[in-house]
Amino acid sequence: MPHHVAEAVIGAVAAVALPVAIGLVDWAGSTPGPVPGAVETVAIAPGTIEFPLPGEFLADGRPAAAPSRSVRFDRPLHIMADQVSRAAYGECVTAGACRPADGTNSARAADIPVTGVSYLDAEAYAVWYSRTTGETWRLPSAAEWAFAAGERFAGDPFAVADDPKNPAVAWIRRYEEEAAARREPDPQPKPLGHYGPNTHGVRDMAGNVWEWTSTCYSRVRLDSELETNARTTENCGVHVAEGRHRTYMSDFVRDGKSGGCAVGAPPDNLGFRLVRDDAPGWFARLKALAR
Amino acid sequence: MFTRRQALMGAAATAALTAMPPMTAVASTGEADIATLPREKVTLVAPPFVHAHEQVATSGPKVVEFVLPIEEKPVVIDDEGTTFPGMTFNGSIPGPMMVVHEGDYVELTLINAASNSLPHNIDFHAATGALGGGALTLIMPGEQVKLRFKATRSGTFVYHCAPEGAMIPWHVVSGMSGTIMVLPRDGLKNEKGERIAYDRIYYVGENDFYVPRDETGAYKSYDSPGESYADTVEVMRGLVPTHVVFNGAKGALTGDNAMRAKVGETVMIVHSQANRDTRPHLIGGHGDYVWEEGKFDNPPAKNLETWFIRGGSAGAALYTFLQPGVYAYVNHNLIEAVELGATAHFVVDGEWNDDLMKQVEAPGPIPTN
Ligand SMILES: [Cu+2]
Repeated sequence: MPHHVAEAVIGAVAAVALPVAIGLVDWAGSTPGPVPGAVETVAIAPGTIEFPLPGEFLADGRPAAAPSRSVRFDRPLHIMADQVSRAAYGECVTAGACRPADGTNSARAADIPVTGVSYLDAEAYAVWYSRTTGETWRLPSAAEWAFAAGERFAGDPFAVADDPKNPAVAWIRRYEEEAAARREPDPQPKPLGHYGPNTHGVRDMAGNVWEWTSTCYSRVRLDSELETNARTTENCGVHVAEGRHRTYMSDFVRDGKSGGCAVGAPPDNLGFRLVRDDAPGWFARLKALAR
Repeated sequence: MFTRRQALMGAAATAALTAMPPMTAVASTGEADIATLPREKVTLVAPPFVHAHEQVATSGPKVVEFVLPIEEKPVVIDDEGTTFPGMTFNGSIPGPMMVVHEGDYVELTLINAASNSLPHNIDFHAATGALGGGALTLIMPGEQVKLRFKATRSGTFVYHCAPEGAMIPWHVVSGMSGTIMVLPRDGLKNEKGERIAYDRIYYVGENDFYVPRDETGAYKSYDSPGESYADTVEVMRGLVPTHVVFNGAKGALTGDNAMRAKVGETVMIVHSQANRDTRPHLIGGHGDYVWEEGKFDNPPAKNLETWFIRGGSAGAALYTFLQPGVYAYVNHNLIEAVELGATAHFVVDGEWNDDLMKQVEAPGPIPTN
């Protein structure tokens, strides 16, 4: 599998021989390498979404539906139009800042989304990419992802309906819904753009590559008598990945498929895209250089 | 305790001496006598299902006819679409389960379709002589053969293809194995000799696959079994399978194809592995009665957590489901279960029993005072 990745990387380096912005090289780190070209972003105009909160919710000790909250975005959200590609990720690997992604069976082209990457890999890429571009790039939060996904946002579509006397009712219903959702799996990653743009112009959301977010897994008790601060247990060793349905994955997991005993619908593939915080002006950039 | 077992042992010892007078139910019978026996044609069904059958025989011995076509065809063995040139009995991996009663005659028509590329045969572990029938059933593509053997011992027994030499393990790990269950005429019994029965039966065949990889680590695919042979044998010799699966593919007995049962139902699970040891375990359940070696003349073990199926054998476990839910049925080498594919699911409907289990307090933050 390392061979496989190396091949993609070599291809990428050869293909993406982009002009290097001289001013950026110095602070790009000790390993001067190719600097990625300007990545296409989509600016999503400020707005509000109804956002079903991620996490596991308990009411009176039993699983409950996630409550929704209205989330307002006051500023435009700048998000990559495409998922991070193998080629782009490969540059980070070449620079020594990212670990090679796990290979998958046959898709070797550079213009397919990188898959076989963990949350930790995605974070490493964001750090390297920010350093390389002089901009602030990071994973979107689950709410930001939902905002960008627009009509493609699914959240957790599975029922939580429950029989208070019989927890198995919920287990079996969920199992059957997840099985139905996976009826025709096509896990082979497709070329960028394969699943087309949503109404915002963001491409490939909710295709067969799930995307890491910066939102931690949490368990929330909705019991009214509890103090607010006693209600939530957050575990940042597990992050939310969004896609055709919401899933929670340990930070180091690169292949959601290896589920085996665990009952549940794993993501076909794990990848990511980044959001850019408002581009810093020349002054902020100068400050960054001086650091 | 004296009767049937002793009779069987006697029969086994004297089976070769056809001159012995017929002293027991399983003693030798002449061709003319066999010709007078009633005949039954059975249509085989794809696992994990098992053709309809009586648990207690309501009539005397008969000749049970099965037709088993051999089909070489590409099979998909995991959710990534890995394909390899499979060899199958009746088009399924594992081959279909056959059920007869002790003392019945199995009359098998084995057909090697002209579209196949290799010679095949069949070795029944339940049969006596001629390499389990293998020496009498080797057929080329375009041929068929008819074999009759007497089911003299009760139990679950593997059958598999065993053409010759190096071909044997290759055909087996390419999918050519199945199970025949020979029930005692008067049905299954517990350790006290009391009748026990099942409401449902599932046949879980476990297979180990050895798929070659190319220089990039991707699984290779081949147009025909012949082209895959050399590479596959190399992987086989390492003894580390790339896939360990139930019913022919990773996930084949999950989701829409999960096995079903209801609380209160007794389920018989027959588990075979023609090549390699395995250790079935029902997560959250047990084996009420388990014939690990699969042979019903031995009293079943009780209340097992995990049972051991020797490579080259089939075992049987009886369990009455007591709680509803989704159960994982795994090979409890959990690496094989999770990483290599040996996981199936049971979906069990019914009423939850708080007495057996209850979440007394839901998960929540640890109290700080
Ligand atoms: Cu064969």
